[in-house]
Parts: sequence; C-alpha cells; structure tokens
Amino acid sequence: MRPQTRWISLVSACGAVLLLGGMRPAAAQDTHVAGLTGHAAAGKPLYVRYCAGCHGDDGDAQGENAQWIEPKPRDFTAATFKCRSTPSGMLPTDQDLYNAVERGFVTTNMPPWIALTPQNRVDLVSYIKTFSPRWAGAPAPQPIAIPAETPATIESILRGREQFQRLECWKCHGPAGHGDGPSASTLTDSKDNPIRPYNFSTGSRFKCGSTNADLYRIFMTGLDGTPMPSFIDNLQPNEAWDLVHFLRTMQPVASPERLTWQAWLQTHRGELKPIGPEGGTQ
Amino acid sequence: MNRFLTPTIGALALVGVATAASDAPAARPAAGTISGTVTYTGTPPKMRPIDMSKEPSCASQHTTPVMTENVVTGPGNSVQYAVVYISAGDQPGPTPTEVVRYDQKGCQYVPHVAVMRTGQGLEIYNDDKTSHNIHPLAKVNAEWNKSQPPGTPPIHASYDKPEFIAVKCNVHPWMHGYFAVLTTSHYAVSGNDGKFSLAGLPPGKYTITAWHERFGTQSAEVTVSDNGTATQNFVFKALPY
Repeated sequence: MRPQTRWISLVSACGAVLLLGGMRPAAAQDTHVAGLTGHAAAGKPLYVRYCAGCHGDDGDAQGENAQWIEPKPRDFTAATFKCRSTPSGMLPTDQDLYNAVERGFVTTNMPPWIALTPQNRVDLVSYIKTFSPRWAGAPAPQPIAIPAETPATIESILRGREQFQRLECWKCHGPAGHGDGPSASTLTDSKDNPIRPYNFSTGSRFKCGSTNADLYRIFMTGLDGTPMPSFIDNLQPNEAWDLVHFLRTMQPVASPERLTWQAWLQTHRGELKPIGPEGGTQ
Repeated sequence: MNRFLTPTIGALALVGVATAASDAPAARPAAGTISGTVTYTGTPPKMRPIDMSKEPSCASQHTTPVMTENVVTGPGNSVQYAVVYISAGDQPGPTPTEVVRYDQKGCQYVPHVAVMRTGQGLEIYNDDKTSHNIHPLAKVNAEWNKSQPPGTPPIHASYDKPEFIAVKCNVHPWMHGYFAVLTTSHYAVSGNDGKFSLAGLPPGKYTITAWHERFGTQSAEVTVSDNGTATQNFVFKALPY
C-alpha cells in the first residue's frame, strides 16, 4: 500500500469511527417537539440546576429533597411514565415528556416549568432520555388514535355511567368518584409507596391534563407505574367518550356535562340504579 | 385447587421437554435427567388465610379459606413453587410455539408461578365475574398494566428478556403470582412434595439453579452422563418474616 493510500484509509477509518460513535447517542437523545430539536448536552446544565434537587443527579429519584416529597419524584432510570399518549408498557413520546415539563403535575411538588423557554424544555427532555437504556435504539413511540369527540348528551352520560359500573372504576375511585372505593386504602405504586386514586370532587384538573381528550387518553393508556390500568382493549372509542362525559359530571365545575346531568337529575333521580356492589352488572 | 393443578402443569412442562428432546437428531447421545427435592431449614413464614369478603363473587368459589402462596411448604420441609432450571450449559433451542396459559380464577392466579421462555407467547384469562387488572411489575422488561373485565378475550403478551416478574392485581390486593421468564427450555416447578425433574438433557456439564420468590436463588454444578440420572437437592434457609 502506498503511503498516500494508507493515509486516506486511516482518515476514512477515523471518520467512520467518529460517525458511528456520534450517531448512536444522537439517535437516542435528540428530541423533536413542534419544530424544535433538543440536545442532551444543552439540557444537562439545566437539569443539574432545576431538576436534580428532587430527581437526583443520576435521574434515580434520589435527590436531596426526594425524602420529603409525596408523591415521590419520577425515577428516570426506570423509564416508566404515568402521562403517556402511547399504549401501556410503551415509552412516552417526546411531546408527552415536553407537555409534562410544561404542565407540571397538579397536587404534587412538580411545578409547571413555564419560566423556561421551549428550547430549554426540549433540551431537558433530551437529557432525561439519557438516564435509561430503554430509549437507545427504540423506535419512535406511536400515540393512540383519539377519534373526534361524540356529543355530550344525557344519553351519552348515562351510558358512561354504565361503563363506570361495568369496568368497576368504583372499586378504587368510589361510587361517587371521591377516591374512596373498597380497594382504595390498599393501593401502592410499583415502588411500593402508598398511592391514592383520583378524587373527582377536588377540581377539574388531572395530573395528565385537563381537557376531555386528556381524560380520554388517561384511562385508555393507563398510568404506568401506578394501579391505574389501561382500558383501551375493553372500550370502543364511542364508549370511551361516554365515560369521559360521565366522569365530568362528578367534578365540581359547571362543565356542559355537569349542567346537563344536574338538569336531568331534577326529574329522573329515582330512575338511577346504584353504583357499587349493589349496582350489579348494568 | 392449586395443589392438583401444579403437578398437571409440571407434567405438561415435562411432556414439552420430552417432545423437544425427541425432535433432536437420532445420532445424539441419549438424554439424561436431573432430579431432586427442594426443602428448607429453619422456620418459614406461615401461610395465612385470605379474606375475600370484599369480593363476594370470588369468596363464594371457595369452600375453605384460600391461603397465601408466598411460601407454600409440604411434608418433610418441602418447598413448593420453586423454579428449577438450567442456567448455563444447555442449548436454548427454538422458542416453543405453544402458548403459556395464566388464569385469574377465584381471585387467585393459576398457576401461582408461570414459567415461559423469552419470546414465548403468554395468554392471560379472566375466568371470574369481576374485573381484574393484570399488573406484572417488570423491572428489566417493560412494565404494563391492563384491565380485564369479565367475559373479555385473553390478553396476549410475551417478554424479551429473562426476569422473574411479580404479578399483582391492584383491585384485589391479595392476588399475587409470578412470571418466570427463562432462556432455557429445561425447567420445572417443584410440587408440594418439593420434587422436580429436568429430563431430556444431553450428556454434559450444567449449572442448575433453584429460584424461590421469598428464599432467593441457589445454584449447583451437575454433570449428566449418557442416559444418566443425576440428583441435585436444594436446601433454603427460611426465616419466619
């Protein structure tokens, strides 16, 4: 081999190594949300400054504040996330993680990080994804389809109420949605920490959003790492919308569903079958 | 109920192993067997009766109280539901095409421990008149949690990586079982007498491992000769809590 050829092959070999070495983490960590591209390297200093106090330097939820916090901060090394648009057991989408950083989690110590720029947030999402090997080489997670919402009629609400009984939502969430069902006191998350089922009488927001589509997504995909399972295998889209409409009636806000429900109750209260063990199969 | 089912399942597993062995080329040396007994020393936790009164549709299926299955012992200090398997030295062979069945029946998991190969199909049935949520607490594999109301079709699943996965139902907190995902086709679950048998092993040196959800793991080196029968017993040290 002539010296010149050897030099060229050495350079191309170096290039290939650089390319290979650079590509794998890039594929795992680069994040794309709404036209922005996140970079883990840019996210790291932000993480250390704003997140590590609770989530830990290593993303293992062992930050110095974690012991005082209930519910516990997310452990990014497990890569199990409550708020996902993807089926149970799947990784969340970049958009799901971005939304979580932006929205924060109501009733927890996680605030909405609206003081950070969108670029900051997407960089943080990139960095969070470096803590678990599950992201490396994984195909982009696909969100579930959410068809157009059906009209929130009283018939839809009543059918939703039947689903609430059939699917035994009341076993944890209670017959009136107060989070006081017979299994409520026994619930633990996947790390054996006690966890409460959602109490619908506390407001109109959920940890994973506040719109009807968010509510649809919550019970269809389940909240991984918690006792809340996914129901997508057991509910047709129109049945799921019925359930959304009924769940809204249990929240103490003047939603269209609640107003429709209360107007109907004025004259029909006596026609309702009970929810709970006496309700049987409706 | 489980006591009757487990030997059946054990027998089925053995049939599977025997079938796999008969598929091998005739020129290969005759297969040997490793068998033994799993026992304990010390004081194991007591099996406790489960109160199912909160779920009448399940409570009515049982005439005698159902006992917890974390530690099930039998006569002569035997340990049931230990998974005994070849952890090194064998050829894994192709993934079995038969599907492992896991039932939720009378608010219990049947069998208590379901053993499967990586990539093997698993079907989970709800035979009860109540909703269950099936929540395998995987750490290495992906953790999922799905509801299964009565009368709905079985849930299909499989696991890519070897792992012992605790299974729970959050609605019925006493429900507790395990998935044992292995990379070998040579395994057995000890019966109530603590006995196990791994048949169809070509002659060679193997590492055999016994795993129990409460007592942990033990391994031993065993050499199997042509048509040979080797014995390997396991003794776990039991604490009452």
